[in-house]
Amino acid sequence: MKMADMVSQSVKNLPSSGIRKFFDLANEIKDVISLSIGEPSFVTPWKIREEGIYSLEKGHTHYSPNSGLFQLRQEICNYMGKRFNLQYDPKMEVIVTVGGSEGIDLALRALVESGDEVIIPEPSFVAYKPLTILSRGTPVIVNLKAEDQFRLTPDLLEKAITKKTKVLILPFPNNPTGAIMTYEDVGKIVEVIKDKDIAVISDEIYAELTYEGKHVSIASFPGMKERTVVINGFSKTYAMTGWRLGYACGHPDLIGVMYKIHQYGIMCAPTTAQYAAIEALRNCDEEIRMMTEEYNRRRRLMLDGFRNAGLECFEPLGAFYVFPCIKSTGMTSNEFCEKLLIEEKVAVVPGNAFGECGEGFVRACYAASVENISEAMKRVKNFVERHKEKNACAS
Amino acid sequence: MKELLGLLEKNSRYDVEQLAVMLGKSTEEIKAAIKKLEDEKVIIGYKTLIDWEKTDRDAVTALIEVKVTPQRGEGFEKIAERISRFPEVKSCFLMSGGFDLTVIIEEKTLKEVALFVAEKLAVLDSVISTSTHFVLKKYKDYGTIFAQEEKDDREVVVL
Repeated sequence: MKMADMVSQSVKNLPSSGIRKFFDLANEIKDVISLSIGEPSFVTPWKIREEGIYSLEKGHTHYSPNSGLFQLRQEICNYMGKRFNLQYDPKMEVIVTVGGSEGIDLALRALVESGDEVIIPEPSFVAYKPLTILSRGTPVIVNLKAEDQFRLTPDLLEKAITKKTKVLILPFPNNPTGAIMTYEDVGKIVEVIKDKDIAVISDEIYAELTYEGKHVSIASFPGMKERTVVINGFSKTYAMTGWRLGYACGHPDLIGVMYKIHQYGIMCAPTTAQYAAIEALRNCDEEIRMMTEEYNRRRRLMLDGFRNAGLECFEPLGAFYVFPCIKSTGMTSNEFCEKLLIEEKVAVVPGNAFGECGEGFVRACYAASVENISEAMKRVKNFVERHKEKNACAS
Repeated sequence: MKELLGLLEKNSRYDVEQLAVMLGKSTEEIKAAIKKLEDEKVIIGYKTLIDWEKTDRDAVTALIEVKVTPQRGEGFEKIAERISRFPEVKSCFLMSGGFDLTVIIEEKTLKEVALFVAEKLAVLDSVISTSTHFVLKKYKDYGTIFAQEEKDDREVVVL
């Protein structure tokens, strides 16, 4: 028996990340300033950690209800109401998941059947496409453009819609571009899909990290709540990535089906994390505000740094990424990242890791210390200038 | 202004350019704002937080609870000011509760602390009593945890 033949061929053939080489390289080189990390630099606020510890002390070490602790679901509903003006029923319309990722997986598996098309705007988080394929759906990629500040426009969307379109994934604020969709932008998308049978998976994991304005959920538009499943979680907002806790809110008929998959595949999200998350939602508005302010300052610092280095860069207003264009250096994204890593010991991620249209860009994350950002930006500037001279000499 | 102060309180070594970029202001605006805050004595000084335990310098920190008789027309002001003038005194606060002033002093040895209390502080006219507590170890001071190692244990690349 050959195990290689035994494994599911469709999974085996799933496209794997094209930047494996870069990954390995980044792990080999010592003392790198890493701007290639997609998670908060903060440790989970102490209040939240303390509540997790307390729940363990009290012996809350059992399974929770499949869809999550009722108290937590209630707090999630309060939060959704307070922050995004969305009213959900904690009994039927919320499910607590293992990170936002599980929520995306559940939603896709609950919605998609063989042959259904799923519209995925790119550049975006790496999981949408493979999860769509695993659900036997057909990914339809929409290439977002720098000149639109990487927003999804009605034109681009309309071109991608066919009779087979079942789902639109709306990944804003966006990883890796930092793009957001304003109220007007979302309104235009609503106009395109409102009369069609298209469900929306709105990945709003970075919703709280919106600068100079407030995040707008597509579910808050008239008629959209019923067809949208909002994915959110604690990882980015509360710096709780390692706790693995997220949630999905949507129509009871959809949440019910997602519940089934979750029940059989996962049972329930970690109980300790759920107790900690109740504290996060109840008492940590101030902590969120402080972290967001801190990110905002670092965002400006990094944006200024890349522009100062002579790289074109649109102003990202969400998440914690800057997505500068490196085409002027004459290098591909992979070349730029590998050379920058080897020559200057600064790690950023090639933009093409997030979709082909990310080629010519790199993702840099400003969830790093001010000192590290400042130092890294100096090195990027040296790097870009040095290679400009080289190019000039060569030509 | 509040945001600027918050940043400087945490790290007074940010330079004007960094502050300007982070706060979305011009360097001139930041320079002017800092000057104004300094002139108005909102910013009273810039210090460095040092963990002296890591050096070979000997230092003893003591917290002294002081009971005093407030003076007519002056209240606690005059005596507090007088105590504050001793260079050994690092902090002096008026308190509510069972005593009046908290005086934090730093000396090289226990003996010096004892001498200061016995010869300088307790003998002041309006001082009724003192109670001295020695600091055994500092875990956190001015918002900074001393023993904590700042280690970034995130993976190098996370998509």
